Amino acid sequence: MEEILSQDNSCLAPEELKQEILHKYPVKIARKRAKQIIINKVNDNDVPEIQANVRTIPGIISQRGCCYAGCKGVVLGPTRDIINLTHGPIGCGFYSWLTRRNQTMPKNEKDHNFMTYCFSTDMQEEQIIFGGEKKLKAAIQEAYDIFKPKAIAIFSTCPVGLIGDDVHSVAREMKAKLGINIFAFSCEGYKGVSQSAGHHIANNGIFTHVIGKDDTIREGDYKINLLGEYNIGGDAFEIERLFEKCGITLISTFSGNSSIDQFANAHTADLNLIMCHRSINYVGDMMEKKYGIPWLKINFIGAEATAKSLRKIAQYYGDEKLIDKVESVITEEMPFVEKAINEIKPKTSGKRAMLFVGGSRAHHYQELFKELGMGTISAGYEFAHRDDYEGRKVLPNIVVDADSRNIEELNILPDETRYRPRKNEETIEELKVHGVPIKDYEGMMPTMDENSMIIDDISQYETEKLIEFYKPDIFCAGIKEKYIVQKFGIPMKQLHSYDYGGPYAGFKGAVNFYKEIDRMVNSKVWKYLKAPWQIKTELVAKYVWE
Amino acid sequence: MLLRHTTDKIVERHALTVNPAKTCQPIGAMYASLGIRGCIPHSHGSQGCYAYHRSTLTRHYKEPVIAATSSFTEGSSVFGGQANLIQAIDNLFTIYSPEVIAVHTTCLSETIGDDIPQIVKKAEAEGKIPKGKYIIHTNTPSYVGSHVTGFSNMTKSMVDYLSQGNGHKEKCINIIPGFVEPSDMEEIKRITSELGIKSIVFPDTSNVLNGPMTGKYKMFPKGGVTVEDLKKTGCSIGTLALGRLASGAAARALDTKCKVPCELLDLPIGLEATDTFIDTLRQVAGVHVPDSINIERGQLLDIICDMHQYFYGKKVGLVGDPDQLISLSKFLISIDMWPVHIVTGTPGKKFEKRIREITKDSPYKVNVKQSGDMFLFHQWIKNEPVDLLIGNTYVKYIARDEDIPFVRFGFPILDRVGHSFFPTVGYRGGMRLLEKILDALLDRKDRDSSETEFELVM
Ligand code: SF4
Ligand code: SF4
Repeated sequence: MEEILSQDNSCLAPEELKQEILHKYPVKIARKRAKQIIINKVNDNDVPEIQANVRTIPGIISQRGCCYAGCKGVVLGPTRDIINLTHGPIGCGFYSWLTRRNQTMPKNEKDHNFMTYCFSTDMQEEQIIFGGEKKLKAAIQEAYDIFKPKAIAIFSTCPVGLIGDDVHSVAREMKAKLGINIFAFSCEGYKGVSQSAGHHIANNGIFTHVIGKDDTIREGDYKINLLGEYNIGGDAFEIERLFEKCGITLISTFSGNSSIDQFANAHTADLNLIMCHRSINYVGDMMEKKYGIPWLKINFIGAEATAKSLRKIAQYYGDEKLIDKVESVITEEMPFVEKAINEIKPKTSGKRAMLFVGGSRAHHYQELFKELGMGTISAGYEFAHRDDYEGRKVLPNIVVDADSRNIEELNILPDETRYRPRKNEETIEELKVHGVPIKDYEGMMPTMDENSMIIDDISQYETEKLIEFYKPDIFCAGIKEKYIVQKFGIPMKQLHSYDYGGPYAGFKGAVNFYKEIDRMVNSKVWKYLKAPWQIKTELVAKYVWE
Repeated sequence: MLLRHTTDKIVERHALTVNPAKTCQPIGAMYASLGIRGCIPHSHGSQGCYAYHRSTLTRHYKEPVIAATSSFTEGSSVFGGQANLIQAIDNLFTIYSPEVIAVHTTCLSETIGDDIPQIVKKAEAEGKIPKGKYIIHTNTPSYVGSHVTGFSNMTKSMVDYLSQGNGHKEKCINIIPGFVEPSDMEEIKRITSELGIKSIVFPDTSNVLNGPMTGKYKMFPKGGVTVEDLKKTGCSIGTLALGRLASGAAARALDTKCKVPCELLDLPIGLEATDTFIDTLRQVAGVHVPDSINIERGQLLDIICDMHQYFYGKKVGLVGDPDQLISLSKFLISIDMWPVHIVTGTPGKKFEKRIREITKDSPYKVNVKQSGDMFLFHQWIKNEPVDLLIGNTYVKYIARDEDIPFVRFGFPILDRVGHSFFPTVGYRGGMRLLEKILDALLDRKDRDSSETEFELVM
């Protein structure tokens, strides 16, 4: 990978580029950004410290969204049978309506599916002045009368917090009145510094109001929950297929292709798998503490990563039958992957990618690019915390600032009757020694190359600079960045919505991704940027055939 | 069924909006701001709103949409956003050097009551605004009106802040094109210059949100009305405001401020509305309509005659913005189609009255609602099915469930291209609209005819 990094950018060493970028900023801003732009140095798994999860500087044009987007959009959005009611003016509800591409598959035609609907109290000036609780109550009643849902979740937007509507007491009151599960989230957009605060609030809410409400023990061996997989473009379907093939029983997914009943039963599983570390690691921790279920960070993005993750699960259970089954599934699936990679890799090898997405994807997708022989020269997250970059070992050293303090931390104690450690400490230690890192995540930076550039909360201006200097072969980000990058003549892959492609998880997904990247980096389009007369500009004085 | 919970039983709702037919003010303000050359729209509030607005505009136009935010956190929400806005202004001018920063509020900064002009004054006093650069602002509380209101407010602010009269009048006409596509603004400019009239069109997003691919990214593309021209709007002989809701406020403000008289017209969508637009242009500028325009008109009329049998008597359901729906309904009726269900999410009682007038000769009971939503619209359709649906992308769920031909029109269109390149205003726009309607209807006929009835020539 070293040569991929040094290719072309011999003109400017990463440190010089960093200085060049900072140069443009007002001094105070430069000082702050300097801590968020890091040149990677990996030494025995030790990496430099990066500043993350801090406020976005007003006016720098960041990629970030808000708390509400994290809570309603990311975590609760994919659950089909909850009525997600946005309490606020119309915009927030409108923009989070169907735009995240979470696919879902109701069991039958009668099964509830509210994903295609957008529910809002559409607050008007009158409610801003006199309070919106009355309208909220009436809206819940109307939603109940028309749709008869099992559960209603209420999401507060910016003005709701300001005018002081008590959404939680409204939820309690209506829950008592209607006899269905109703709960609220104080996820006003201004909370925290990014979507991340919303993930946290969402998870706390589900933990408090839903998980553990149904003690039915379901049939099946190797019961797991999959956390932090949101079924963009059908990823969860592909992962579900693999679990089924391996004989692993999926109790619940948080929250791709999910239903609220599955959340209620989640505590009966024996292992939690964590896909997107950022958005949901709390649930893993809380379920550990309350019910004794350990968690394991996995990654189903990339064929190698998928195989590795399946093996880790098998090792966790330590059951020969499962270990053999997993091996035979991998053997069965891999030829399809190898065939594709043999065809495609020669065309993608040596190309260079940049990834600025989310709070885990910028790490996960590097594995896929590696399989294509591509290097990642620069990466960063939109709303990660230090542990996503540097690994969980830094958790004790993270300074809690005012913005994080505003997000409630639940105080979790072992459940009096249902706490049952699935593995004792010794076994867990032993598993760790054997390469099954229970309750651990090493972070993105240790797996990235020396000298690659890590940027937290990248700005529009920095994006432009990076592209000008490195001229990457592909850039991965979100919709807001897409057409900016493409105007430079560089293909841009959306990794939040997958650009309406996918699935990219698991073995079949990996092959989809190989093909997609091949299509993008080798597209003929980019050759046509200049017209013939722009390449050869001299004038001919007469008609050639004269 | 994707909307499996929508039944034909209509119950009154007072509090719950389901599947809205509108969105919030700031996105309209952001869109209008992008129609000024060298402008960065700035959203004064938390960063979620601007991220949503940028994303939606980007998905609609498939072009870079630049905007900035004050990035409020909990503290700013309590103590006010002054420090954030001043810092943002400083950063934006230092890093991106725009000509103009166009600030709009969000429901957050509106609710806390931040006084933008006062903050801007402070920024100016602190030397944060370079010489020759501008900051304009508008208030866009999202709990009032809709995205159309936001567009109207920002357009009016262009007048409030920048238009200047100097007593003498230039032979030039201001045209406020309304909340329409970049392609429509371009077409309006083309028609006007075809008539030999000098005009200032504002806002003007053509060449900003339908720009070319060149291999170079420019944060500030060549399109957009310049600040120079905006200033000159005060010296024009008159203003044509297209679409009363989106453009009326700015036109009237210009009249009050600089004594530029104005004329409020419907959006030039369809035959009659375009006739009125061109006839008005001709009269106010004292010019003859050139043959090129007469030919276009004749071509549109020709299509209507040729294909009339396929339009005749068809029932249509429409969702969209008031200005668009008014002209569109008139157009459909002029070709003997019947709009029977018409919903806009934007509030305004006048809308219902106008539609009632337009559809007064309809043989059907016409359902019309302002501040309505698509859930109700869908229920109406279940009770009285239609032959065609026209509306934004969200309507496709209804179209699929009910198996009705569907033409995308309005905002937002997230799943198709063309709208930003090919106009629907003017005679040519009318031709394109008809082509789309015909394609939808005839494709359906092809699909549904038996093998015996299947026709080669239609
Ligand atoms: S908080 Fe207000 S301005 Fe922001 S997206 Fe929501 S409705 Fe629109
Ligand atoms: S990868 Fe990012 S966008 Fe995706 S769920 Fe995780 S935090 Fe959210």
